[in-house]
Amino acid sequence: MKRIFYAKNEVVRIGLVLNGQQRSATCEPRTLLSDFLRQDLGATGTHVGCEHGVCGACTVKIDGVAQRACMTLAVQVEGREIETVEGLNRGPHCDQSGLSDLQQAFRRNHALQCGFCTAGILMSCADYLQRKPDPSETEVREMLSGHLCRCTGYTNIVKAVLETAAERLGRPYGAALAPDQPGHAGTGAAEQAGLVDA
Amino acid sequence: MKPQAFDYARPDNAEEAIALLADSGEDARILAGGQSLMAVLNLRLAQPSVLIDISRVPDLNFIRNDGKALAIGAAATQGSVEWRDALAAEVPLLAQAFPHISHFQIRNRGTVCGSIAHADPSAELPLVLLALGGEVVLRSRRGRRTVAAQDFFQGMLMTARAADELVEEARYPLARPGTGYAFEEFSGRHGDFAVCAVAAAVDAGGIRLAVGGVADRPRLATFPRLAGSDLDAALNDFAWELGAKDDHHASAKFRRQLVRHLGRTAIDKAST
Repeated sequence: MKRIFYAKNEVVRIGLVLNGQQRSATCEPRTLLSDFLRQDLGATGTHVGCEHGVCGACTVKIDGVAQRACMTLAVQVEGREIETVEGLNRGPHCDQSGLSDLQQAFRRNHALQCGFCTAGILMSCADYLQRKPDPSETEVREMLSGHLCRCTGYTNIVKAVLETAAERLGRPYGAALAPDQPGHAGTGAAEQAGLVDA
Repeated sequence: MKPQAFDYARPDNAEEAIALLADSGEDARILAGGQSLMAVLNLRLAQPSVLIDISRVPDLNFIRNDGKALAIGAAATQGSVEWRDALAAEVPLLAQAFPHISHFQIRNRGTVCGSIAHADPSAELPLVLLALGGEVVLRSRRGRRTVAAQDFFQGMLMTARAADELVEEARYPLARPGTGYAFEEFSGRHGDFAVCAVAAAVDAGGIRLAVGGVADRPRLATFPRLAGSDLDAALNDFAWELGAKDDHHASAKFRRQLVRHLGRTAIDKAST
């Protein structure tokens, strides 16, 4: 990599790999990755909410790692691999339906309503499950704490994530929803779902 | 497009980064993970004229266990430290603190040194560094100097770093046999800024307790191995010393109660 200097208001051409495709567009150094994706590359699947890292709507994967696109400059990701919700239907966890197993689990569990936060949540979950294939409910909730969803109350999102993990491990889903251990704040999600004895 | 326009420089190595910093004057900002700085820019609370992006500088992206400390370079993300297999054995207090530090998605990009340079009084990474008696390595064209955490944090977002210095490395001392460690935090919502956070290290010789979120910087107290009402009295004195203030998150009274309660909880956990 060689040293780079872009003057303010200079219009620079930024190339990156978006969902496996080489793409490029021009922008200013101050352009946020979230705006670059939506406005310059036309990839509007990524949503923009708070624009200061709180709501999680703009989360994308940069070189495989879930990060906030609104807290990243487009010039910072020159030459890197970006994955957005539009690219989730590629890779090993997809079938002919055009949706990944994670997206299908979200649909089955009614884990979205208005859908504004969903693209970001899916990208976080995709990264997280790859690194942590068998998370506990508490761990999933910790990971989801980086996202705001005002429709679902999160319970169905947690179920969808745990169900996806269980499916990938070839395990019946109910087993993933054992009650939390003493010392953890149990949510009762398992009981509500009728999956464990009350 | 939220931030005000700035020049953007992406140096190749640490030496270029400090040269740029020296040449750019006080209006330059180092951009590492940007998980504090980008929010500040998006809200236009700061308008730097130059951003020096070190997030891809290879010789600043390191995590080294040198036998005494875990040395974390300026470009190393919090996530890369957190997901280190040996972390719970190397620096158990860091491993305990990580789940409280903002969110998974922020830790994936935010850096350890960035949090230390930012010096938010409620941030966990400065707090843990202080509790363990760690150090900060500062580098400029004038050379390197090592500053103890105790001297580095000087107030609300204020540190001992000069304008031309880069926080090159944070040094977290490794776990010592016979020492127990515990971290406790209270915040409004998981991952929010701490209303009060405490980090304790307890060995046969005594107790080190650092408190964040109450004073204008993380603050450290050392006690002998007190117990029972003697310990409660010492914690109460410390809670009052911190000069807690009322704000829209919590009252001063509630913060003092948190220092007493979380302090006692952490010390008890670290003592077992």
